[in-house]
Amino acid sequence: MRNIFAFIAGGIFGAGLFISGMVDTAKVIGWLDIFGEWDPTLAFVLGGAIIPTFFAWRIAERRQKALLDCPIPERPQPVIGRNLVIGSFMFGLGWGMIGLCPGPSIASITFNGLGGLIFIAAMVAGMLIAPAIRTRLEAVS
Amino acid sequence: MSITWQTDWTLGLIGGLLIGLAASLFLLVNGRIMGASGIIGGLVDGSGRHNAAERVSFLLGLAIVPGLMALLWYRPDTHLTKNLALLVGAGLLVGIGTRLANGCTSGHGVCGISRLSLRGIVATVFYLVGGGVSVIVFRHILGVV
Repeated sequence: MRNIFAFIAGGIFGAGLFISGMVDTAKVIGWLDIFGEWDPTLAFVLGGAIIPTFFAWRIAERRQKALLDCPIPERPQPVIGRNLVIGSFMFGLGWGMIGLCPGPSIASITFNGLGGLIFIAAMVAGMLIAPAIRTRLEAVS
Repeated sequence: MSITWQTDWTLGLIGGLLIGLAASLFLLVNGRIMGASGIIGGLVDGSGRHNAAERVSFLLGLAIVPGLMALLWYRPDTHLTKNLALLVGAGLLVGIGTRLANGCTSGHGVCGISRLSLRGIVATVFYLVGGGVSVIVFRHILGVV
Protein backbone atom coordinates (compact mmCIF):
# COMPACT_ATOMS: atom_id res chain seq x y z
CA MET A 1 0.00 0.00 0.00
CA ARG A 2 2.79 2.42 0.95
CA ASN A 3 4.58 1.57 -2.26
CA ILE A 4 1.50 2.15 -4.40
CA PHE A 5 0.94 5.59 -2.91
CA ALA A 6 4.65 6.40 -3.17
CA PHE A 7 4.45 5.51 -6.86
CA ILE A 8 1.37 7.72 -7.32
CA ALA A 9 2.98 10.65 -5.47
CA GLY A 10 6.15 10.27 -7.53
CA GLY A 11 4.07 10.14 -10.70
CA ILE A 12 2.11 13.30 -9.86
CA PHE A 13 5.37 15.03 -8.91
CA GLY A 14 6.83 14.01 -12.27
CA ALA A 15 3.73 15.20 -14.16
CA GLY A 16 3.95 18.54 -12.35
CA LEU A 17 7.63 18.94 -13.22
CA PHE A 18 6.87 18.04 -16.83
CA ILE A 19 3.90 20.42 -17.25
CA SER A 20 5.54 23.31 -15.40
CA GLY A 21 8.57 23.17 -17.70
CA MET A 22 11.01 22.43 -14.87
CA VAL A 23 12.58 19.64 -16.93
CA ASP A 24 13.77 22.35 -19.34
CA THR A 25 17.15 23.53 -18.06
CA ALA A 26 16.85 26.75 -20.09
CA LYS A 27 13.77 27.78 -18.08
CA VAL A 28 15.51 27.06 -14.77
CA ILE A 29 18.61 29.01 -15.75
CA GLY A 30 16.32 31.77 -17.05
CA TRP A 31 14.78 32.10 -13.58
CA LEU A 32 18.17 32.31 -11.88
CA ASP A 33 19.39 34.80 -14.47
CA ILE A 34 18.25 38.00 -12.78
CA PHE A 35 20.73 40.12 -14.73
CA GLY A 36 19.76 38.64 -18.09
CA GLU A 37 16.35 38.02 -19.61
CA TRP A 38 14.64 36.98 -16.38
CA ASP A 39 11.99 34.26 -16.68
CA PRO A 40 9.64 34.32 -13.66
CA THR A 41 7.92 30.97 -14.41
CA LEU A 42 9.64 29.20 -11.53
CA ALA A 43 8.10 31.60 -9.04
CA PHE A 44 4.67 30.40 -10.18
CA VAL A 45 5.79 26.78 -9.90
CA LEU A 46 7.16 27.20 -6.39
CA GLY A 47 4.19 29.31 -5.33
CA GLY A 48 1.74 26.80 -6.79
CA ALA A 49 3.49 23.95 -5.01
CA ILE A 50 3.65 25.67 -1.64
CA ILE A 51 -0.08 26.51 -1.42
CA PRO A 52 -1.54 22.96 -1.20
CA THR A 53 1.43 21.75 0.86
CA PHE A 54 0.87 24.55 3.40
CA PHE A 55 -2.66 23.23 4.07
CA ALA A 56 -1.42 19.65 4.09
CA TRP A 57 1.05 20.52 6.88
CA ARG A 58 -1.77 22.16 8.86
CA ILE A 59 -3.83 18.97 8.67
CA ALA A 60 -0.79 16.75 9.29
CA GLU A 61 0.34 18.56 12.42
CA ARG A 62 -3.16 18.51 13.86
CA ARG A 63 -3.74 14.81 13.13
CA GLN A 64 -0.21 13.74 14.15
CA LYS A 65 -0.65 10.59 12.08
CA ALA A 66 -0.70 9.87 8.37
CA LEU A 67 -3.49 7.78 6.80
CA LEU A 68 -1.29 4.69 6.59
CA ASP A 69 -0.85 4.90 10.35
CA CYS A 70 2.66 6.24 10.49
CA PRO A 71 3.80 9.31 12.41
CA ILE A 72 4.14 12.72 10.77
CA PRO A 73 7.85 13.63 10.55
CA GLU A 74 8.91 15.71 13.49
CA ARG A 75 10.00 19.27 13.02
CA PRO A 76 13.82 19.32 12.95
CA GLN A 77 15.69 21.40 15.52
CA PRO A 78 15.74 24.93 14.12
CA VAL A 79 19.53 24.95 13.90
CA ILE A 80 21.10 26.92 11.09
CA GLY A 81 24.48 25.23 10.91
CA ARG A 82 27.45 25.34 8.63
CA ASN A 83 26.27 22.23 6.77
CA LEU A 84 22.92 23.79 5.90
CA VAL A 85 24.40 27.06 4.67
CA ILE A 86 27.46 25.73 2.83
CA GLY A 87 25.56 22.72 1.48
CA SER A 88 22.71 24.83 0.13
CA PHE A 89 25.13 27.27 -1.46
CA MET A 90 27.06 24.40 -3.11
CA PHE A 91 23.80 22.87 -4.32
CA GLY A 92 22.79 26.25 -5.77
CA LEU A 93 26.10 26.57 -7.62
CA GLY A 94 25.61 23.16 -9.23
CA TRP A 95 21.95 23.86 -9.97
CA GLY A 96 22.70 27.16 -11.70
CA MET A 97 25.60 25.69 -13.70
CA ILE A 98 23.39 23.55 -15.91
CA GLY A 99 19.83 24.01 -14.61
CA LEU A 100 19.21 20.56 -13.15
CA CYS A 101 18.26 19.60 -9.60
CA PRO A 102 17.54 16.11 -8.20
CA GLY A 103 13.77 15.89 -8.89
CA PRO A 104 13.81 16.98 -12.54
CA SER A 105 16.97 14.92 -13.21
CA ILE A 106 14.98 11.76 -12.44
CA ALA A 107 11.79 13.04 -14.11
CA SER A 108 13.68 13.64 -17.37
CA ILE A 109 15.79 10.47 -17.26
CA THR A 110 13.97 8.90 -20.23
CA PHE A 111 14.40 11.85 -22.58
CA ASN A 112 17.47 13.72 -21.34
CA GLY A 113 20.03 11.63 -23.25
CA LEU A 114 23.47 10.63 -22.09
CA GLY A 115 24.07 14.03 -20.46
CA GLY A 116 21.21 13.45 -18.05
CA LEU A 117 22.64 10.07 -17.05
CA ILE A 118 26.12 11.54 -16.57
CA PHE A 119 24.65 14.22 -14.28
CA ILE A 120 22.81 11.60 -12.21
CA ALA A 121 25.95 9.44 -11.93
CA ALA A 122 27.97 12.46 -10.74
CA MET A 123 25.20 13.42 -8.30
CA VAL A 124 25.20 9.90 -6.83
CA ALA A 125 29.00 10.08 -6.52
CA GLY A 126 28.64 13.42 -4.73
CA MET A 127 26.11 11.89 -2.34
CA LEU A 128 28.64 9.17 -1.51
CA ILE A 129 31.41 11.72 -0.86
CA ALA A 130 29.17 14.01 1.24
CA PRO A 131 29.49 12.23 4.63
CA ALA A 132 33.30 12.61 4.55
CA ILE A 133 32.98 16.33 3.83
CA ARG A 134 30.37 16.69 6.57
CA THR A 135 32.81 15.18 9.07
CA ARG A 136 35.53 17.59 7.93
CA LEU A 137 33.19 20.57 8.28
CA GLU A 138 32.21 19.52 11.76
CA ALA A 139 35.84 19.08 12.78
CA VAL A 140 36.69 22.68 11.85
CA SER A 141 34.90 24.56 14.57
CA MET B 1 4.88 40.97 -22.37
CA SER B 2 4.37 38.15 -24.82
CA ILE B 3 1.54 35.66 -24.80
CA THR B 4 3.89 32.67 -24.67
CA TRP B 5 5.19 33.95 -21.37
CA GLN B 6 1.73 34.03 -19.89
CA THR B 7 1.08 30.51 -21.12
CA ASP B 8 4.33 29.49 -19.44
CA TRP B 9 3.22 31.09 -16.20
CA THR B 10 -0.15 29.32 -16.30
CA LEU B 11 1.48 25.97 -17.03
CA GLY B 12 4.00 26.74 -14.29
CA LEU B 13 1.20 27.35 -11.81
CA ILE B 14 -0.71 24.18 -12.85
CA GLY B 15 2.48 22.13 -12.68
CA GLY B 16 3.32 23.69 -9.33
CA LEU B 17 -0.11 22.82 -7.92
CA LEU B 18 0.45 19.20 -9.03
CA ILE B 19 3.82 19.17 -7.28
CA GLY B 20 2.11 20.49 -4.15
CA LEU B 21 -0.60 17.85 -4.49
CA ALA B 22 2.07 15.16 -4.71
CA ALA B 23 3.86 16.51 -1.63
CA SER B 24 0.53 16.67 0.26
CA LEU B 25 -0.38 13.13 -0.69
CA PHE B 26 3.02 11.76 0.31
CA LEU B 27 2.80 13.60 3.63
CA LEU B 28 -0.79 12.84 4.57
CA VAL B 29 -0.93 9.23 3.31
CA ASN B 30 2.63 7.96 3.76
CA GLY B 31 3.73 10.39 6.45
CA ARG B 32 6.83 11.26 4.48
CA ILE B 33 8.45 14.47 3.30
CA MET B 34 8.67 14.63 -0.47
CA GLY B 35 12.30 15.59 -0.92
CA ALA B 36 13.94 14.24 -4.05
CA SER B 37 17.53 14.43 -2.81
CA GLY B 38 16.62 12.77 0.49
CA ILE B 39 14.74 9.96 -1.21
CA ILE B 40 17.64 9.29 -3.61
CA GLY B 41 20.32 9.91 -0.99
CA GLY B 42 18.83 7.40 1.44
CA LEU B 43 19.18 4.72 -1.23
CA VAL B 44 22.69 5.79 -2.20
CA ASP B 45 24.24 5.78 1.28
CA GLY B 46 22.02 3.05 2.72
CA SER B 47 20.48 5.26 5.42
CA GLY B 48 17.05 4.58 3.92
CA ARG B 49 17.40 0.82 3.73
CA HIS B 50 14.41 0.18 5.98
CA ASN B 51 12.02 1.85 3.52
CA ALA B 52 13.92 1.27 0.30
CA ALA B 53 10.87 -0.15 -1.51
CA GLU B 54 8.87 3.00 -0.84
CA ARG B 55 11.75 5.14 -2.13
CA VAL B 56 12.18 3.05 -5.26
CA SER B 57 8.42 3.14 -5.94
CA PHE B 58 8.43 6.92 -5.66
CA LEU B 59 11.38 7.26 -8.04
CA LEU B 60 9.80 4.84 -10.53
CA GLY B 61 6.64 6.96 -10.62
CA LEU B 62 8.77 10.08 -10.95
CA ALA B 63 10.62 8.64 -13.94
CA ILE B 64 7.84 6.67 -15.67
CA VAL B 65 5.00 9.21 -15.72
CA PRO B 66 6.99 12.01 -17.43
CA GLY B 67 8.47 9.34 -19.71
CA LEU B 68 4.96 8.34 -20.81
CA MET B 69 3.99 11.99 -21.23
CA ALA B 70 7.03 12.51 -23.46
CA LEU B 71 6.08 9.44 -25.47
CA LEU B 72 2.35 10.12 -25.84
CA TRP B 73 2.14 13.93 -25.66
CA TYR B 74 5.29 15.74 -26.71
CA ARG B 75 8.97 15.31 -26.18
CA PRO B 76 10.23 18.42 -24.40
CA ASP B 77 13.52 19.98 -25.37
CA THR B 78 15.50 20.03 -22.14
CA HIS B 79 18.34 22.21 -23.53
CA LEU B 80 20.81 20.26 -21.39
CA THR B 81 24.44 21.21 -21.93
CA LYS B 82 26.71 18.69 -23.68
CA ASN B 83 29.76 19.97 -21.82
CA LEU B 84 31.06 16.97 -19.90
CA ALA B 85 33.01 18.98 -17.32
CA LEU B 86 29.92 21.04 -16.48
CA LEU B 87 27.68 17.97 -16.22
CA VAL B 88 30.09 16.22 -13.86
CA GLY B 89 30.90 19.35 -11.86
CA ALA B 90 27.25 20.28 -11.45
CA GLY B 91 26.30 16.71 -10.51
CA LEU B 92 29.00 16.53 -7.83
CA LEU B 93 28.02 19.91 -6.37
CA VAL B 94 24.32 19.00 -6.34
CA GLY B 95 25.03 15.60 -4.77
CA ILE B 96 27.37 16.89 -2.06
CA GLY B 97 25.41 20.09 -1.40
CA THR B 98 21.98 18.50 -1.02
CA ARG B 99 23.29 15.85 1.36
CA LEU B 100 25.16 18.38 3.52
CA ALA B 101 22.08 20.60 3.63
CA ASN B 102 19.69 17.64 3.95
CA GLY B 103 17.46 18.83 1.14
CA CYS B 104 17.00 20.39 -2.26
CA THR B 105 14.34 22.37 -4.11
CA SER B 106 11.56 19.94 -3.25
CA GLY B 107 12.49 19.13 0.36
CA HIS B 108 13.59 22.56 1.57
CA GLY B 109 11.85 24.66 -1.06
CA VAL B 110 8.39 23.11 -1.33
CA CYS B 111 8.01 21.12 1.89
CA GLY B 112 10.18 23.31 4.14
CA ILE B 113 8.81 26.71 3.18
CA SER B 114 5.21 25.47 3.30
CA ARG B 115 5.83 24.25 6.86
CA LEU B 116 7.22 27.71 7.64
CA SER B 117 10.44 25.99 8.64
CA LEU B 118 13.33 28.37 9.27
CA ARG B 119 15.82 25.79 7.94
CA GLY B 120 13.86 25.43 4.71
CA ILE B 121 13.68 29.17 4.21
CA VAL B 122 17.40 29.73 4.95
CA ALA B 123 18.39 26.84 2.67
CA THR B 124 16.25 28.23 -0.14
CA VAL B 125 17.82 31.67 0.18
CA PHE B 126 21.32 30.18 -0.01
CA TYR B 127 20.69 27.90 -2.96
CA LEU B 128 19.00 30.70 -4.86
CA VAL B 129 22.03 32.92 -4.20
CA GLY B 130 24.35 30.08 -5.25
CA GLY B 131 22.31 29.54 -8.41
CA GLY B 132 22.37 33.24 -9.24
CA VAL B 133 26.15 33.40 -8.73
CA SER B 134 26.60 30.36 -10.95
CA VAL B 135 24.57 31.87 -13.78
CA ILE B 136 26.57 35.09 -13.57
CA VAL B 137 29.85 33.17 -13.69
CA PHE B 138 29.03 30.49 -16.26
CA ARG B 139 26.70 32.44 -18.53
CA HIS B 140 27.75 36.06 -18.33
CA ILE B 141 31.47 35.84 -17.50
CA LEU B 142 32.59 32.53 -19.02
CA GLY B 143 29.75 32.26 -21.54
CA VAL B 144 29.69 28.44 -21.48
CA VAL B 145 25.98 27.87 -20.81
